[in-house]
Amino acid sequence: MMQNEPIAQVIEGEKQYSYLNLGPTHPATHGIFQNVLKMDGEVIVESTPTIGYIHRAFEKLAERRPYNQITPITDRLNYCSAPINNIGWHMAVEKLLGVEIPKRVQYLRVIIMELARITDHLICNAVIGVDTGALTGFVYMFQQRELVYEIYEEICGARLTSNIGRIGGFERDFSPKAWEKINRFLNEFPVVLKEFEGLLNRNRIFMDRTIGAGGITAEKALNYSFTGPNLRAAGVDYDVRVANPYSSYEDFDFIIPIGKNGDVYDRFMVRQEEMWQSLSIIKQAIAKLPEGPFHGKVPEFYLPPKEEVYNDMEALIYHFKIVMGETDIPKGEVYHCVEGGNGELGFYLISDGGRTPFRLHFRRPCFIFYQAYPEMIKGSMLSDAILTMSSMNVIAGELDA
Amino acid sequence: METLANTISVGEKPEGYEGAGFFATRLDKVVGLARKNSIWPLPFATSCCGIEFMATMGAHYDLARFGSERLSFSPRQADLLMVMGTIAKKMGPVLKQVYEQMAEPRWVLSVGACASSGGIFDTYSVLQGIDRIIPVDVYVPGCPPRPEQIIDGVMKIQHLVETESLRRRDSAEYKALLNKYGIE
Amino acid sequence: MMEAAQQEKIVSVINEKFEGEIIQSGVIKDFFTLIVKKDKVIDLIHHLYRHPDTKFQFLTTLCGIHYPDQNQIAVMYQLHNLVSNQRIRLKIFLSADNPSVKTLTPVFAAANWMERETYDFFGVNFEGHPNLKRILNVDEMLIFPLRKEYPLEDQSREDKNDLMFGR
Repeated sequence: MMQNEPIAQVIEGEKQYSYLNLGPTHPATHGIFQNVLKMDGEVIVESTPTIGYIHRAFEKLAERRPYNQITPITDRLNYCSAPINNIGWHMAVEKLLGVEIPKRVQYLRVIIMELARITDHLICNAVIGVDTGALTGFVYMFQQRELVYEIYEEICGARLTSNIGRIGGFERDFSPKAWEKINRFLNEFPVVLKEFEGLLNRNRIFMDRTIGAGGITAEKALNYSFTGPNLRAAGVDYDVRVANPYSSYEDFDFIIPIGKNGDVYDRFMVRQEEMWQSLSIIKQAIAKLPEGPFHGKVPEFYLPPKEEVYNDMEALIYHFKIVMGETDIPKGEVYHCVEGGNGELGFYLISDGGRTPFRLHFRRPCFIFYQAYPEMIKGSMLSDAILTMSSMNVIAGELDA
Repeated sequence: METLANTISVGEKPEGYEGAGFFATRLDKVVGLARKNSIWPLPFATSCCGIEFMATMGAHYDLARFGSERLSFSPRQADLLMVMGTIAKKMGPVLKQVYEQMAEPRWVLSVGACASSGGIFDTYSVLQGIDRIIPVDVYVPGCPPRPEQIIDGVMKIQHLVETESLRRRDSAEYKALLNKYGIE
Repeated sequence: MMEAAQQEKIVSVINEKFEGEIIQSGVIKDFFTLIVKKDKVIDLIHHLYRHPDTKFQFLTTLCGIHYPDQNQIAVMYQLHNLVSNQRIRLKIFLSADNPSVKTLTPVFAAANWMERETYDFFGVNFEGHPNLKRILNVDEMLIFPLRKEYPLEDQSREDKNDLMFGR
């Protein structure tokens, strides 16, 4: 169908169908997705998705970049929770190098990753609210998101595309100001989250609107390789943090919330509960935080202090190597996955011993589960289709790579 | 005491001749003043910068202070096209069509490195700057720019809107510019 | 990390029905990897899917890898048994001139877009795929961009030809 024909009428037999071109830029789709919907009145009969509208060639780009310069690319995968991608990538490289990471770094990473998970779920749930007609929650939640951004700023200087940490750890320890901001967030956020829950969780209109909309069974979800909150909402308790613990997640006590019907309401509630769990993990990590260095022993990736660069030959060489991207990496093949905001975010990395990866493949959860979308909205109303999309939390950057 | 009422400032009066019951000034100044403070933006948000735009629209930064809180998702009623995020080659024709659908006078704000120049994505699939397909008025650098920067860009647009001559859109120069992009 | 006994189990399950299909097997950095012949790989995966001892019923990911020196394109399948939490990786090698393999879509619905992406990037023809066309790039594209011989950069730029830091 042509892009400049938003609606077309077609008569097939006795029925008259209309075609609706939803997207690529549509106010309700929060990103660049195109779906050509075949509709019988307001009921969707068939939908044909088109993706790739922001294809940026991450995988090819990664083949031309030194390892430490790939971190900014991972930022732009799922930009709602960029730190998880950064740290996931760092851990993949560390796995290839086989370096030991200090316990403190692992705990600090857990804190950052859980903050990122909160921001990711927060955006998704706020947007579900907006799509059901409740803008208030959005405004409340974005205020809290700003607090998390301020924490990131204190740690790495950036807000959204954080480029946080380095291979081996962090570039510097958290400052007292950062701890102050984290504590402030931990105090303020539960109050607002509670308020947000009060607005929506048991709201009659919200429940009527979301329960039963855009559901998927566990079998179908597994067949479509769903992961993350969307799979858990369908009733499968698969979480990478528990199945393959990384970064000391085995030290923390948390539950995996699961839903039953896999519909919009279950996805909303699973994300809501995960935010509480993330808060609890952050508190545990702060309570148990060990002392120690804030980065592992990987001088090839950790910029030495400036005084050493000026006075020490070795430090100068490392400095030059890092800045120019001249560090050679051992040969190998590695797959590392983390629980991203949307599910299992995997990095499949093949190194041929050079400065850049030979091949880097991202397992992008959005790309994989979005293909179930036409099946999930079949037979539902147009307005439910919008809601289904926002509750799946499809992020265009991650979808199109 | 500071109340809400006395913190609100009214747009500055253009220079003119004032007397009892009348005020005479140039028409383009009045039009500029009115247009400047009621820009309807069309957010063409594709990726990361779109999230920062959401923050700009939120309570913390509040774009409504500049009279731009009314987002027009229909290009036909929009004054300002805010392109935020990477525009891939696949998206290029869509963007151009959206621009063509907008009514004159129209302005374009290119937010972020990707929209302005392709940014770090010098790749086979990414359009190397939207100014290859549509004319751009203001560029906002950053990857992504902070909300303050986006607001600064909007203020720059406001300045352009305010000072634009009423006949600019009829000039041969402007027509030549559009023709350069193949837009009638 | 998979124990040796479990690895042997998987190999024996495959050998029950597909004797001689495995070219090479081994652990690469905590991941059990099998290189298999390309002709029966889909039946082999289906066998692993059904067999009560393996039950690899979750397709984690699928991707292509181009080896220009050998003029080969590898396709990598990564399977996961969520119950016993075992993961394996299967690899097949195809000729880069005309890479072709049967589709995995009858076994896993998720393979649909992954295979389309692999086709888009490497030009691997998945026989029997319901809708094998480009997914991320424009339909008019002539090249398979992730093959090593094609350049990354946008070819229409003229402003980046700096001698020191140029392309």
